[in-house]
Amino acid sequence: MLLAIDLAFIIEKLVLIVIVVMASLVIAMYATYGERKIAAILQDRRGPNRAGPFGILQPVADGLKLFFKEEIIPDFSSKFLFILGPSMAMLTAIMTGAVIPWGNKIHFFNRDISLQIADVNVGILYVFAVVSMGVYGIMIGSWASNNKYSLMGGLRAASQIISYELAMGISLIALLMITGTLSLKEMVAQQQAGYWNIFYQPLGFLIFLICAFAECNRTPFDLAEAENELIGGYHTEYSSMKLGFYLFSEYINMFVSSVIMATLFFGGYDIPFLNEANYDQNWMALFGLIALMTKVICFIFLFMWVRWTIPRFRYDQLMNLGWRILIPLALFNMLVTGALILLKQSNWHF
Amino acid sequence: MQALTNRLKEVDRRKMNFLERLYLISIFKGMMITFSHIFKKKPTIDYPEKTRPFSPVFRGLHILNRDEAGRENCTACGLCAVACPAEAITMEAAERQANEENLYREEKYAAKYEINMLRCIFCGLCEEACPKDAIYLSETVPPADYQRKQFIYKKEELLIPHPIENFEAYKKALGNRVKKETDNFKI
Repeated sequence: MLLAIDLAFIIEKLVLIVIVVMASLVIAMYATYGERKIAAILQDRRGPNRAGPFGILQPVADGLKLFFKEEIIPDFSSKFLFILGPSMAMLTAIMTGAVIPWGNKIHFFNRDISLQIADVNVGILYVFAVVSMGVYGIMIGSWASNNKYSLMGGLRAASQIISYELAMGISLIALLMITGTLSLKEMVAQQQAGYWNIFYQPLGFLIFLICAFAECNRTPFDLAEAENELIGGYHTEYSSMKLGFYLFSEYINMFVSSVIMATLFFGGYDIPFLNEANYDQNWMALFGLIALMTKVICFIFLFMWVRWTIPRFRYDQLMNLGWRILIPLALFNMLVTGALILLKQSNWHF
Repeated sequence: MQALTNRLKEVDRRKMNFLERLYLISIFKGMMITFSHIFKKKPTIDYPEKTRPFSPVFRGLHILNRDEAGRENCTACGLCAVACPAEAITMEAAERQANEENLYREEKYAAKYEINMLRCIFCGLCEEACPKDAIYLSETVPPADYQRKQFIYKKEELLIPHPIENFEAYKKALGNRVKKETDNFKI
């Protein structure tokens, strides 16, 4: 029967969804702490160290503070859209977690439970679709604010996403030509069997990385919220938890794009130099998750490291880099990859 | 024009080539610089837990000194108030009663002694003017407060702890600025 409802399946997925959403929220929370701590360390400061040992309760205090702040909705804003903006930013940020394979199958209660909410066969396309929806949150919020600076920030965010999504997509096409699949789980399985994709696609990875910075609105591409030109950019008019949602969604986006990069290019939950099939399934799932998180933390550190090194790009520099350097490079990368694949298919005969 | 230092650097206005326009090399260089700062020693002092030692000439809050038996030194002569350029000190004198020899060292004492810490400029002239070794500027910073009247320090706030009853606190309040030592009482 096609519509038979498997109760255990639903419960299993619900639990997984709750865990993934909670985990990404907690990780985003602690990413703010990490951000401040890393910024401090890179600048010879101490960073937050008052709330709890080493300041580890700082994100809780920050969250509480945001909740207690006064909620201001400007008089001239369109109120529905004003609230919709941050909600959408948050929603799309969390939605991306649905197709990411967090680990291999685990065996509990006589069931094989996949550590992936949905193994969609167009997984990476889903991620792309949702991530580019994320900019709607910014655009709607900035439009609804009825504020020049917000609008400029929103416009910048939109044009930035358009410019960089192209290069990102093209760099990804080269990768997809090699893997021949759009399913993230399938890609990880391939990398577990062979080599990590970073060895096949170093240039593609670099382009993807740069575009990921732009997609996450992170420095050096944080023109949408350029404090010193646009006050706060798209979130100038926002306060309290709505502002918190915007800031939070940025960190979740950063986390998710780190996971995506780790999955696409660094083998996901693959532990290097280890054949997972030889060991106990549950333990391997756990260690795989740890391996994935280690990779993700490295990427998040990279995000922050870059943020505290490079100043913001000027708007024309941003556009130049996107359209005149990254897109040609990505096209070149795609052509070379295609040519090599063709050559390989004809057994290296010209 | 003659250069003032030999650190003059010509601005390179050549057009950037492709590699430079990618910014990758310079970004990598910059990232190495920031990375090296991870291992640098941080100059920060964790303030409330650790304090930086004051310099020996630091002039902080005033203390009214006592002698070795715990009697107040001040005789309310008013020389400190005269010396004070900010006119922050006011006092009222009183005569010592017969049963008060253990409280005040001489026949006259300050019944009221007030320093307005908002007026005080911490110059230390009162300390120099005092013939009786009675007022010192200690090594503490005046604390913040919410009300102006809280900054007018009364005798109770200024008096040093009793040297016999509470010797530790006395020594701490005395600090290093009190140089004069009597023969029978070493600090």
